Parts: sequence; C-alpha cells; structure tokens
Amino acid sequence: MSRHILSVLVENKPGVLTRVAGLFARRAFNIHSLAVGPTEHEEISRITVVVDVDEHPLEQVTKQLNKLIHVIKIVELDAESSVQRELLLVKVRADGASRAGVLEVVELFRARVVDVVPDSVVIEATGTGAKLDALLSALEPYGVREIVKSGTLAIGRGARSITDRALERVARTA
Amino acid sequence: MAGTPTPSQVAARAEARAEVRAELRSRSVGRPTGALAPVADGDRVTEEVTGAQSIVRSLEEVGAEIVFGIPGGAILPTYDPLMDSTRLRHILVRHEQGGGHAASGYAHATGKVGVTMATSGPGATNLVTPIADAHMDSIPMVAITGQVAAASIGTDAFQEADIVGITMPITKHSYLVTNPDEIPRVIAEAFHIASTGRPGPVLVDIAKSAMQAMTSFSWPQDLQLPGYHPVTKPHAKQIKEAARLLATSRRPVLYVGGGVVRADAADLLRRLVDLSGAPVITTLMARGAVPDSHPQHLGMPGMHGTVPAVAALQKADLIFALGARFDDRVTGKLSSFAPHATIVHADIDPAEIGKNRAVDVPIVGDLREVIAELLPELEREHTAQGKPDLEGWWRQCDEWRSTYPLGFTEPEDGHLSPQHVISRIGALTGPDAVYVAGVGQHQMWASQFIRYEHPRTWINSGGLGTMGYSVPAAMGAKVGRPDATVWAIDGDGCFQMTNQELATCTINDIPIKVAVINNSSLGMVRQWQTLFYNERYSNTDLHTGHGTARVPDFVKLADAYGCEGIRVESLADVDAAIKRANEIDDRPVVVDFTVSRNAMVWPMVAAGVSNDDIQYARGISPAWDRED
Repeated sequence: MSRHILSVLVENKPGVLTRVAGLFARRAFNIHSLAVGPTEHEEISRITVVVDVDEHPLEQVTKQLNKLIHVIKIVELDAESSVQRELLLVKVRADGASRAGVLEVVELFRARVVDVVPDSVVIEATGTGAKLDALLSALEPYGVREIVKSGTLAIGRGARSITDRALERVARTA
Repeated sequence: MAGTPTPSQVAARAEARAEVRAELRSRSVGRPTGALAPVADGDRVTEEVTGAQSIVRSLEEVGAEIVFGIPGGAILPTYDPLMDSTRLRHILVRHEQGGGHAASGYAHATGKVGVTMATSGPGATNLVTPIADAHMDSIPMVAITGQVAAASIGTDAFQEADIVGITMPITKHSYLVTNPDEIPRVIAEAFHIASTGRPGPVLVDIAKSAMQAMTSFSWPQDLQLPGYHPVTKPHAKQIKEAARLLATSRRPVLYVGGGVVRADAADLLRRLVDLSGAPVITTLMARGAVPDSHPQHLGMPGMHGTVPAVAALQKADLIFALGARFDDRVTGKLSSFAPHATIVHADIDPAEIGKNRAVDVPIVGDLREVIAELLPELEREHTAQGKPDLEGWWRQCDEWRSTYPLGFTEPEDGHLSPQHVISRIGALTGPDAVYVAGVGQHQMWASQFIRYEHPRTWINSGGLGTMGYSVPAAMGAKVGRPDATVWAIDGDGCFQMTNQELATCTINDIPIKVAVINNSSLGMVRQWQTLFYNERYSNTDLHTGHGTARVPDFVKLADAYGCEGIRVESLADVDAAIKRANEIDDRPVVVDFTVSRNAMVWPMVAAGVSNDDIQYARGISPAWDRED
C-alpha cells in the first residue's frame, strides 16, 4: 500500500462532502486525511484526500469519484512535484519552570504561540506531517494536553493551475 | 373445485368489469401525444405558476408520458395540477415499490425514462428497493418524492425521512429541492442524467413548501452539470487494436451484456457477430440482444449458464466484452476465470473497465458508436489478412453444444415440470411477446427455456435479484408496449410480495398475464438447501401448492382482483391454459401452474467455485480436455 494525494474539485453544493466520503466508505477505501475548502471560483470547492491504497484500487476509486455528478475534476498530486502542508494546534503545559524550554522548541520549529495562560500555551505550526510529528515529540516531555490537526492540503509546484479550466461549460439544454 | 364461481357470478363480474372500464375510458384524458411540439430556438416559454404546477409542466416538457405513483401528504400539492394534465397519464399503484418497479419495467421495455412518484417518509422509503434495483441494472428512472416543508426539514417532522441521504449509494444522482425556481432545471437535469451515459435512477426530493410557493416556470432549461460528461466516442487506437485481436485470435468469444440493450445496439451487434464469425454469449441482462436462433449463439454464461457458453469463456484466447461487467455470477471464482484469454472490454462506464478482471484493450464509449467503428476496422483487417480460421474452435464449441444441450428430466413425483411449463409459454406465445421474471428458479428457467429473438423482450432483476419484481415490472412493460403480449413469469414466493398490483392492472385496463410457477416453496433457496444444507428445508415451505392448505389460493386471489384465474395441475392442461390466457385480452390472467418442488436449475456453477467445475446436472461434470 502506498500513500496518494488526490485533489478533487467539486461543485460547491450541499451534500457533496457526504457523497465523496460515503463513496470512500462504501467501496472500502481508507481515508488517511481529508480537507475541504473554497477555491478562487465561488462555484468550486476543493477536497484534498490522502488515501492509503495500491495502484489498482486507486484507479477504481478515481473512476468511482469521477462518476459523482458533482465531481468536476480529480488530480493526483505527486509528492515530489507538489507542496503539502498540515496545520497543527497544540496545547502544552508551560509554567514558570518549563516555559523557556517550550518557547525554544517553538523557535526551532518556526512555530508560533497563539495563546498564553500562566500554566500553558497554545502553539500553532504548519508543515509537512513529518515536521509536525517531530515538533510533537519535541514537545512531549513538557506535557501535551490537547492536539488538533487539519488534513493535508496540497498544491502543485510551478505556474500551472488545475482549477483554471475546470468550469468550461459545454452548452446543453434539455 | 372450492370457491369456483357459478357461471352467473362470472357473467356478473365480467359485466361489472366492463362497466368500470367503460367509465374509465369516458373519463380518460386520452393517450399521451408522444413527441412534444418542438420549441423553436430562443423561443422560451415562461409562465407564473405554483411549484406543483412547475413540476407537472416540467414533466410534460421533458417528454414524460406515464407516471406510476401514489399521493400522500407531502406530494399532495403536485397531485392537484396532475389531475388536469392532458399529456401525463398517472397510474395509481397500490404500493410505492410496485410504482418503482413498474417505472423500471416501462423503461426496460421502451428505452424511455420511467417515472415514479411518492410522498415523503414511508412513501419514499418504499422506493428504496426499486431504486436500488434500477441502479444495479442501469435502468433510466426518475423518482419524484415529496418532502416535508423546508422549515421542518431536520426536525423529525411527521413523515420525514432523509431520502436523499438514504438513497445516496443507490442513485446515479439525487436532488433536494427547497427553492421552487429550481424545479424545471432540476427535472431537466434529472432526465438528462438518468438517460445518458450509463443510465440509472435519479431521485428528486421536493419540499412541500416549494410546491406551494409561486414561481415562474420556463422552458427549455440550461443544464448546469459541469462535472458530467459521459464519454461516448471510443478511442480510435483502441478500436483498431480490438479489431486486430478479433481478426487474429483463434478462440474468440463475444461476451454480450445488458449494455448492448441499453445502447439500442442490437442491430449493429448482429452485424459484428456475423462479420466476426465468432461464438457469442448473452448474459442474463442481454438475453434477446442476439437472437437465440442465431447459429453462433452459445447461450447464457454464468452460474446457471449453458455448458458451451461457460466452457467457451474458460477456453477462449480472446474475450470481447461488450456492455458486460464481469459479474461474479458470470466469472465464478475470479482467479480461475478464463485463464488464457486476452480481454477487450468496451463499456460506457470507465469504472467497469478493469474493475473485476484486468483488461488488455479498454474501450470507453457508447456501444452504438463502438460497434459502428469496429465494423469497418474489422473488415479492413479481414481484407488485409483474410478471415481468421475458427474451424477448430467451432468444432470444439459444437461438440460442447451437442454433448451438453440445455435440458431437464421429468420430475419423479408425477407433478408438472416447471421447465416444461415455461418452455410451452414461450413456444405458444412466441418471440414478439415480452417476458418479465421475478427472481429465483423460475427466472433462470425463463431465461433458459424461452427463445428470445429481440432485445427488450426479456425483463428481469439481474443485479439486485429483487423478488417481487415481476408483476409490477410486467405492468410497466405492458403500459409501455400496450400492443405486445406481456407474460409475468413469477414464482409463488415472488408473487406474494407484489401481487397487489393486479388491482392496478385490472382497474387501469393493463391486461398482463401471470404464470405462477408454483412449487409451494422458495424454490431457489430450497435448491441450495438440497445441495448444500443436507436437505434440511429451513423455512422454505410456502404451503401454496399440491396437497397443502393453499394459503393463499391463487385462483381465488386472481378472482378477488378481477383477474381470470386458471389452475393447471396436469400435463394435459398446460397448452390449453396458455392458449386460453393468450386469448384473454380484456383483463389480467393468473395461471397457477402447480409444479414439482424437486425440480432444480441446471447447469450450475456453485457460488465461489471455478467455472471449470460446472455441473451439467447433479453430480455430472463435463469431462472436457483440460489443457492446463
């Protein structure tokens, strides 16, 4: 099994996420992470799905996704030629004694502190999964109290856009 | 015979029925006019209407002629303008499932989109089975359901069910409409999606509040489907390669599936069959796509296929699949399926290609276009290198045919043989009739022992295997093809699931014929219990046949529904009963053929077993030369 990143451009319609997620579940494909949000086109949302599958089932999932009427386009992003980021928010114990150590880790990983109270901080960090894992293990000794993480977002490197021609309409009337 | 009406009673009832029919005719709004007057380009109709009127107007404009449905609270506003429509004929069914299967039978028989209508909640959930059935068998269908008022959605309101959510995995697409302005576009899109590409069911769930609100109806509508572009034109390179393989392989088989019927490509397929000279097999969904009388036709493949069809697939060096999906019932154990074959797979749905069996030459396209482009390419190949020498292959196939023809043994208990009954129905009624089966033994026998010569004359629930499909689907088929004789070949188990639609048939002058192949049990399940469960018959006895309490008595039931009921228990009466049924055209007929329960469907490839281990009859395996 290998990890694949799919960028799925969908119509921004109610229920579309249910359709996509339901399809993965129904066809027994395991989703590693999923992130959804708007794009530069008001009518289009972008779902980034990370799945662990072999080549053959990946082709099947792509074809099945393409059959959903609300799916406009699917692009598999190659890990090498794309930028991938996750967002992490982590609440760490940080009292007088440990605060300096925590802040040093924050500095080292180019993360940011976004909330401070006397005995804890909330740290925000973005990066690849591997970087965020490293950050978390560096923070572990201080006492991690709560973690929330986004799914992976990914975009292809270079000037080409996968969304610019997505809305070309074929004129059809009933 | 108990309960037999006296002649005077019969006469009185016949008279009553005639009155009902005359009354219905006088009230009739006339047959739908068929094609609509074309709307000139730029000539857009706009009217101020209610949402309910907009639904009816949209259905009219999109070309719907028949709606099978039942009203209820949330759909009620739509039934009011429906009453005034002169272009839509609504047929009031007795159960939503019947309405859904009727729409399916209508669609299957005519190629047009079937339409069914139901109310919210239980009305909508009763459509789940027919929608799933249509999804599996690629039937173009639009289901319109009422939904509770928009403001009540999500509050567990009376008769609320999230039917869009419930049917998401079993529809090609679905809509929830709360804004009445969207109604015409959504209905236009629903019909477009249902009928193009790989056909399938589309659900349109419309909030009652949207039906009651004022809106403007305009037609035609621009479809907004940026993500829907079915590929119809095949890739020239793949067509060339497919033709080359077909022209050069020594043991080719044309494996024809229901897609050929959906694509209306049977005429072109016939030319391909003739030109190629190759053996052809038709799946359960494709019976009739190639005439059974065609000399190259080896019959049906699969679990209950013919030995020649199954063997040809196993020994083929080329399988040329057209609109078929390598279903488990055809392939048997997948890992040992057709081990020597190169695979060409043509289908409108790219997801089917390579789904179950790896493919060497994939062709995505509409089968009419695919075959039309294959023909000249194959001719070119033949001109270039001569026709392939298939003599050795045909010798082999013919040997299988002569050694293992379809047949059956007469039951030893003295009761009727179901296979005999079904073959007589086919023989006496002929290939121009439409045959609609339920699911089980009778379905397999109807597929095996009736000779099909035309597409759309064999209708059954292949993918989902829905017991109870037959009566309502036959009703739909008869509405779609009123001049054809329509036989429902049903089992006593299936018949009890949906026979309420006989009322719909009688009242609406839809004279179908039902053959209940009554073995007093859930026959196919019983067959598996015989073969795999040591003859322990757990819960398969239905007490409807010989020497039982006959609950219910199908002849009395037929009478209660205003149908002609005939019981046949002896061989001598079979032909006469079928002929009598074929002569009656003013009311539905139910013939209760009480047959032996010990008859079994053969040949058989047991579930999960290799096709190589097909049994011709119980304990008899073909002794073919295993090359591997």
